[in-house]
Amino acid sequence: MSSQKAERQLKVSVWRGADAGQFETFEVPQHDSQTVLDIVSWIQHNADPTLSYRFACRVGMCGSCAMMVNDEPRWTCRTHVNKVARDGELKIGPLRNLPVVKDLATDMDPFFDKWTAAEAHHHPSADRHDLMAPVDMQSADRVAANTAIECINCAVCYAACDTVAGNPDYLGPAALQRAWTLIKDEKDSGREDILAAISGTGGCHNCHSIGSCTQYCPNELDPLSAIANLKRETVKNWWKRNA
Amino acid sequence: MKARAHPLWIAFVAHRVSGLALALFLPLHFWVLGMALRGAEGLDGVLTLTELPFVKVAEFGLVFLLALHAFGGLRLMALERLGWSSGQKTMAATSIALAIFVSGTFFLKAI
Repeated sequence: MSSQKAERQLKVSVWRGADAGQFETFEVPQHDSQTVLDIVSWIQHNADPTLSYRFACRVGMCGSCAMMVNDEPRWTCRTHVNKVARDGELKIGPLRNLPVVKDLATDMDPFFDKWTAAEAHHHPSADRHDLMAPVDMQSADRVAANTAIECINCAVCYAACDTVAGNPDYLGPAALQRAWTLIKDEKDSGREDILAAISGTGGCHNCHSIGSCTQYCPNELDPLSAIANLKRETVKNWWKRNA
Repeated sequence: MKARAHPLWIAFVAHRVSGLALALFLPLHFWVLGMALRGAEGLDGVLTLTELPFVKVAEFGLVFLLALHAFGGLRLMALERLGWSSGQKTMAATSIALAIFVSGTFFLKAI
């Protein structure tokens, strides 16, 4: 029985090249509990050592192994082959909406540059001589921020976003969601800078609320709602300033 | 990306396509309305066309598109402007759908 299982073969199409390239097909032995990352590693170890891809933790913690699996963005380390293979076939490509360095490895610079552009980094409100700011874990702002802080920058939402595909200047769901958590963080003093950064060109008002970010987030976060919250926050801010 | 068939994506496309279709209809609508300014004869001539079966079907399509676009717009405003939880939004959508169903049933019985 087990030898029969070991003989099962999967036909895997893998993207080769950079932005210009083509899919190359490999025959890979299929096993139980096999992840898509296992498939990619098998190809590199046994069929073609020149295959380039990126991974680190293999357990859904680092966010570096995201790829397009059958044209959907996924963490490959947490995606079981039996759940995604159709008729013994699998298609694996580099993340959408990012330049391809080689094969399955994308250039993540545009993604992280947009985090910076969205002011999605900590703005200190105290220095080392000050006491730590007390944070009430039950406060409405903290509860709101807590819904969005588990993002690990895997760029699955960014690859799923049709607005990013149509507008390369759009900051994207991940950067905007992080900006939202900082606006609700009482230790962050950059509220005005963040609101200015996310309400300009490429900001939150570009979002068409298509919701693919929330649909595909492997951590089950909800960037769609975070962006809607930002839209409300910018409108409230505008009224406050102009009232 | 092929796997876009999730409800919000379909709602987005339905809203956009219905909006575009309605925008295409608008010139015709204004042309017919404009006839009223030039006398009853021309307007009545065009309005008799509404008795034709295919025009009736087209009118049904038009009302459908209007309803789709109006409710799509309300959905979008609720999604983006109301700080409700998803459970509250589901309950609101369900109650609106039920209200339309019940009132629609009474309306259809009345005519």
